[in-house]
Parts: sequence; C-alpha cells; structure tokens
Amino acid sequence: MSDAVLRVKDLQTQFQTRAGVLKAVDGVSFEVGRGRILGLVGESGSGKSVTGYSILGLIEPPGRIVGGEVILNGKDLTRLKGEAMRQVRGAQIAMVFQDPMMTLNPVLKIGTQMIAAVRAHDNVSRKVARGRARDALAKVGIPSPEERLDAYPHQLSGGMRQRVAIAIALLHSPAVIIADEPTTALDVSIQGQILAEVRRLADETGTAFVWVTHDLAVVSSLADDICVMYAGRVVESGPAADVIASPRHPYTAGLLASVPAEHEPGTKLPQVPGSAPSLANLPPGCAFAPRCAKAGPACTTTPPVQHFEHGRTALCHYPIEPVSCQPLSLTSTTYRSAS
Amino acid sequence: MPAALLDIDHVSKRFVKQSNIGERIAALLGAGQKAETVRAVTDVSLTVAKGEVVGLVGESGCGKSTLGRMVAGIYTPSDGKILFDKVPVARSQGRRTQKLTTRVQMIHQDPFASLNPRIRIGDTVAEGPVAHSIVRSREADSYVADLLGRVGLDPSYRRRFPHQFSGGQRQRIAIARALAMKPDLLVLDEPVASLDVSIQAQVLNLFMDLRRDLDLTGIFISHDLGVVRHVSDRVAIMYLGRIVELAPTSELYANPNHPYTRALFESVPRVGVGRKDFRPIAGEIPSPLHPPSGCHFHPRCPFAGPRCKRETPPLAAIGPGRFSACHLNTGGTD
Repeated sequence: MSDAVLRVKDLQTQFQTRAGVLKAVDGVSFEVGRGRILGLVGESGSGKSVTGYSILGLIEPPGRIVGGEVILNGKDLTRLKGEAMRQVRGAQIAMVFQDPMMTLNPVLKIGTQMIAAVRAHDNVSRKVARGRARDALAKVGIPSPEERLDAYPHQLSGGMRQRVAIAIALLHSPAVIIADEPTTALDVSIQGQILAEVRRLADETGTAFVWVTHDLAVVSSLADDICVMYAGRVVESGPAADVIASPRHPYTAGLLASVPAEHEPGTKLPQVPGSAPSLANLPPGCAFAPRCAKAGPACTTTPPVQHFEHGRTALCHYPIEPVSCQPLSLTSTTYRSAS
Repeated sequence: MPAALLDIDHVSKRFVKQSNIGERIAALLGAGQKAETVRAVTDVSLTVAKGEVVGLVGESGCGKSTLGRMVAGIYTPSDGKILFDKVPVARSQGRRTQKLTTRVQMIHQDPFASLNPRIRIGDTVAEGPVAHSIVRSREADSYVADLLGRVGLDPSYRRRFPHQFSGGQRQRIAIARALAMKPDLLVLDEPVASLDVSIQAQVLNLFMDLRRDLDLTGIFISHDLGVVRHVSDRVAIMYLGRIVELAPTSELYANPNHPYTRALFESVPRVGVGRKDFRPIAGEIPSPLHPPSGCHFHPRCPFAGPRCKRETPPLAAIGPGRFSACHLNTGGTD
C-alpha cells in the first residue's frame, strides 16, 4: 500500500531489567492507510500496548526503542527528540487511553483542558479555541456540547469521558489516532455507541486508527485490517475479514476457536493449552511452539514471514491451509465450518 | 421440574448513603438534603432447580452482583427472602450479616484481589473446611492436594504464594477454595472477565467439567452474552435492578422478546459476522440513584409510549418458561 499515512518498519523496543533484556516489541511492521482502522490484537504481555506507546515516543527508561522506523507523513518519529516530538504529538498523531481519566485532569473543567490542547499547537484566541472544542465534542456525538465544556470530568459517565478523550485526540485533525483498549472498561451498549462513532469518524474525516485490543469480536466488527501479536512479534496480518474467516497462524486459529459465542452451548471449548510465555524466558525459535498443536522439528528455529494472497502474512513454519477459495465477504456460517 | 434448591422471593436491596457528621447536623437544622438511597435490586423473584445454571446478564448498575452477593449470604435483602433448601442463607445481626450455610460459595471476578498475598495457597484452600470441620486438620494437606489436582493444578504448588501464579491459575485456586467447602451452589461473579481469551476457554471448560462431575448448581454472573450462553440453562437479563426477561438460554438467544434484550444483542460485536453497522442503544444507563419512572428502560426504548412512563410492567409469562417485563406483550404502550 503506497498511500499509507503511518508505516512502522521492524520496530524494536526493549526493556533493560534485572532479569535481562526484555524484547517487548521484536521487529513489528505494519501500515495504516488514510481513513482505515487497523486492529492490533493480542493477549496480555504480547507487546501490543508497548507498540502503541513506541509509535508516540512515550517509552521511558528502562525502556528504549533500539531499532526500526515509525514513518508518519514522511518523517521518522523515532529520530525526533523532545520539542520536535511534542510538535508532532497531539497535532499529527494522538492517543486515546483505556482509562479516560489518564487523559483528563480531574480538577479542571473539560473546556479549560480542551482550550489548552487547541492552543498548544495553534496560535488562536481562547474564543476560537472554545469554538473548536465545542465542535469536536459535537463530532463525537456528545449532546449539548456547549454545556459540557463547563462540566468537570467527574460529572460525566465513563462513556462520555471516553468520548471527550476521543474529541481531544481529534482537535487537530491528526492523520493517525492510536487507541489503547478504549472500550474495554465500558458497558456493551456504550461500547457499541463508541465503535459506531469511530467508524463514522474514520470514514468521514480520513483519520486512520490503530485500535489496540484483546477483543477479537471488536476487531472483527470494526477494523479493516488486523495484526495479531504474540510475545512481541506480529504472527499474522491481513484484511480483517480474511484473517477471521480463515486464520493461517495456529495461534490466531486457537484464539478464534476459543470464543464461546461461536460454539454449541455446553460443548467443550477448544482451548489453547498452557499460558503465554514470560518475555524473560522465551523459548528459542517460535515463541508459540510449546503451546502449538502443529509444532514440528523446524519450530526451534525462528519462523519465516510467509506471504499469501491479499497481502496476508503469517510468521510460521507450518501455516494452516486456507479453508475456501472465496476468502472475501464470508458470513458467520462459513466461519463456523472453518473452525 | 425438580424442586427448587434456591428460592429468591420478591427480593429488594437498598443501600442508604451514610451521611457524615456535617451532613447530619445540617439535616438536624433542616438544611441538608435527604439521605440518598440506591435501589440496587427491586422486587426480584427467581427459583433455581438443583443442577441448573442460571446466567445473570446486565450492564453496570443493573444489580446482578448485588443479587449474587445476597444469594451468597454476603448481604441480607432489604425486603423479601432468599431460601436455600428452604432455609434463609443469611440473617442480619444488628449491622452485620451472618451467613447461615456453607453450602453456597462464591467465586469473585478478580483473582488478584480475592487471594491473600501473604498466605500460601494451600492454607488459603484449607482454612474454610478445617474451620467448619469438613476435614480434620491432619488430613487437610491431602485434601488440598486432591482439590488442586481436580482444578488442574500441580498438587505440589500448595506451598506457593499467590504472586507465583498467573491470572488463570489464580482463578483455579479460587475455584478450589470454593469447592473445598463441598458446596451445592456456586455463585460466580464475572469469573472469566479478567482473563485472556485463550485462558477463558480453559476456565470455562473446567467449570463445565466440575458442574457435571459434582452435580453443581450455579448462578453465573457476566456481562458477556457469549460466555453466558455457553454455560447457562436459563438466562435472566437485568436492567437497573429488575429482571426484564427470563427464558431458557436457547429460546432467549433465538428469539429475544424484551426491547432491551434485543437492543443488547444488536450492540454486541461478534467474531465472524464481519464489519457491521452498529445500531447501538441510544442514551446513557440512568443512575440507580434516580431511576426513571415506570419501566426503567423507557427513556432509551424505541417502542416506549405513555403507559411505559406511568406503569411498571410486571415480569409476565409469555410462553412456557418464558417471562418478559414489557407492556408490548400486555395490551400495548398507550
């Protein structure tokens, strides 16, 4: 894809600890196009959040980006320091956190915080800034935005706070928004509202989203593309519908198969045995091999990136054969036969 | 239908916000506001037969955890009664709640908070059964080893501390602790919500095995419709303190009746459906401090009429074993 607004190439982030060097992000590459939503999926400790933080240059010692590039609008963000990075952050790329109270200051009114955020990058009057803040709140579907500007964060519900956090991220119409588990703490009906707004915003404003989550169901209904991470590496990537319908990496297949909603009630769920390895003590070669039913002798060596149709990849010696010849626009019934 | 093991009979729970001394003086002088009351659970009735698992589903503030805690004897109801095998599960003693049975046990959501970090897990599991003379203290060690094996942990782990275990393993320990009391009824409050997807499946499989082997009865509380569908025989959907729909699992999922249930199903993202147009429920969940009049769901309901604002719809039978609290089933909303 040449029209990518954000390109991450071979990104490596490591943490120096007493237990040794932890490779939290170990050679992650992906691209996001204008107005597209990339789902970055993985379980705890897979490195998905650290990837998001690395893109924004939010890694602090003992963590360090030791290699790779993050190209945004032709600039490599990993080379930017201090003030130069601050110019980019919030203006061209922004972040939404899981807990909106990480973004919002509890003792300042919403309006005060948003006006400060506008004026941090644009030299405009407070009045103009207030207008832009109000428009941003309206854009994310907050009713009576003018009054909300005078509210304190504690006066809003969890869902409303997360909308405010998204509105702040949108203030400077950034090319990319990194969202780290933004709906995990919300109720289902409120999550549905936010996902609908995000899809609409991506389509209407052309903002690209990197949606970091552990929830496959959210990714499958929201994202255009998907990257599955395991122990710091991308193990599978491709168009979301294709990957979900016919996973090629055994880990992706195992994750999808263990979702209860896709099985006859009361039946034994296919489970991935064992638990995720500690980054301090990774097995040689493929990190997933000890839990993998398809593992063979080659798995003690680092697996190659295999390329398939529609730009799909899998990091595996023994990828799963595709289940059907019409990978696009599959329905839930076809997926069930696949598992 | 076999006799009910658990009988929840018109139960309500109210929490009154404790006022501080300043507010009490202000109230004496006639200046303060009235004490605020949260109506967490309002007039809920439900029976659970032996061997049955009933799922309680709802969003935050719907009262599902409060109801679960009353069943487990942690809270006593403000009104109504909860009978387990015809005997109340708990009684109030002044401001304290005294639990009257060990046959109901609870498993909590967060296995990081529910295990004492300073006590070896073997001692945690043995504490209850030794205190209640279910097992003699010199047999406790082999009893614990047996239980750990049963929940899929190496019995030699019993000398370890909680921090040496992963989330999934800790949840297994919590299950072993509950089973140690030889319960007939388990109350599981979001037991897999904090676990990774691949670990979730392991714990759900364990629960289904134990249920079959030990003939357990269960109340399974979750916000995850997929998980509840998988493990429950019947499902109760709760909204702001009331049960709005109760039905056998397969029928509920095939053909939901209440507008809230339908809306909830619509807004849940699902794997395998592909990119979808969300049709989310409009509006916020109201605060249980100030619930709407009549049907609690009416401000968000697309079918609401004037009657919904006036009258609370009763949970009425709409078919064999099926109940729904909606005026649409009983003469319309006008």
